[in-house]
Amino acid sequence: MNTSKSPATNRPLSPFMIGPYYRPQLTSMLSITHRATGVGLSAGMLFLACWLVAIASGPEAYAKFAVHVTAWYGQLILLGFSWSLLYHLCNGIRHLFWDIGKGLDISTAYKSGYAVVVVSGLLTVAAWALAYLR
Amino acid sequence: MSLRSPLGRARGLGSAKDGTHHFWVQRVSAVALIPLALWFVFSVANLPGASYEQVHWWVGYPAVAVTLVLLIASALYHSMLGVQVVIEDYVGHEGMKITALLLSKFFHFAVAAASIFAVLKIALT
Repeated sequence: MNTSKSPATNRPLSPFMIGPYYRPQLTSMLSITHRATGVGLSAGMLFLACWLVAIASGPEAYAKFAVHVTAWYGQLILLGFSWSLLYHLCNGIRHLFWDIGKGLDISTAYKSGYAVVVVSGLLTVAAWALAYLR
Repeated sequence: MSLRSPLGRARGLGSAKDGTHHFWVQRVSAVALIPLALWFVFSVANLPGASYEQVHWWVGYPAVAVTLVLLIASALYHSMLGVQVVIEDYVGHEGMKITALLLSKFFHFAVAAASIFAVLKIALT
């Protein structure tokens, strides 16, 4: 078989969803955000490890770590971490429903998409309200 | 050359030889993480203002320590599976892909080991 003339070698590829080929849509933006928050959370696990190691290392190590966490940039990272976690969680539940074949039609996918944006935002506000107003 | 049809191969374990295992364990860890992650976010949101001794006591409290270990294990397992798919999707060069996959595996195991060791040290000392 002549593989160089095989149709598999010049099979057209589906273009990446971000770029000139597709109009930005809520569904595709939520999809790439799911992936981005997932990768961000993987890096965030290092942050969690540092916190636990600091506690295990004693009061001096913990105080050094706490200085950065309570600073504005530390709080900003924590805000990003908490929203990423809650967004990935809400959108993950949406994915689990799709996995059992529910909510795959366009109108439901949009409704659940807006619900994910609203609920993840509200949960983030609730967590920070608990942290600051307690 | 195999005489099996593409459908016949797909009904077996497919080209990756592990069938639907990756898909399934990613969902199992996802379901486990729903309660664990919600518990974690709202517990940590309750900690600001706590002294070192209070935070140490909280992490070391048996039920909390066990739940933290479960969270760390499922989160890093889920993360490892997810990052694997991202690398397989975007890294085209075979050597770079294998290097990235190895680095990701080592990173996840190292972070899991350090986190779990820290929780155990806090709980047991």
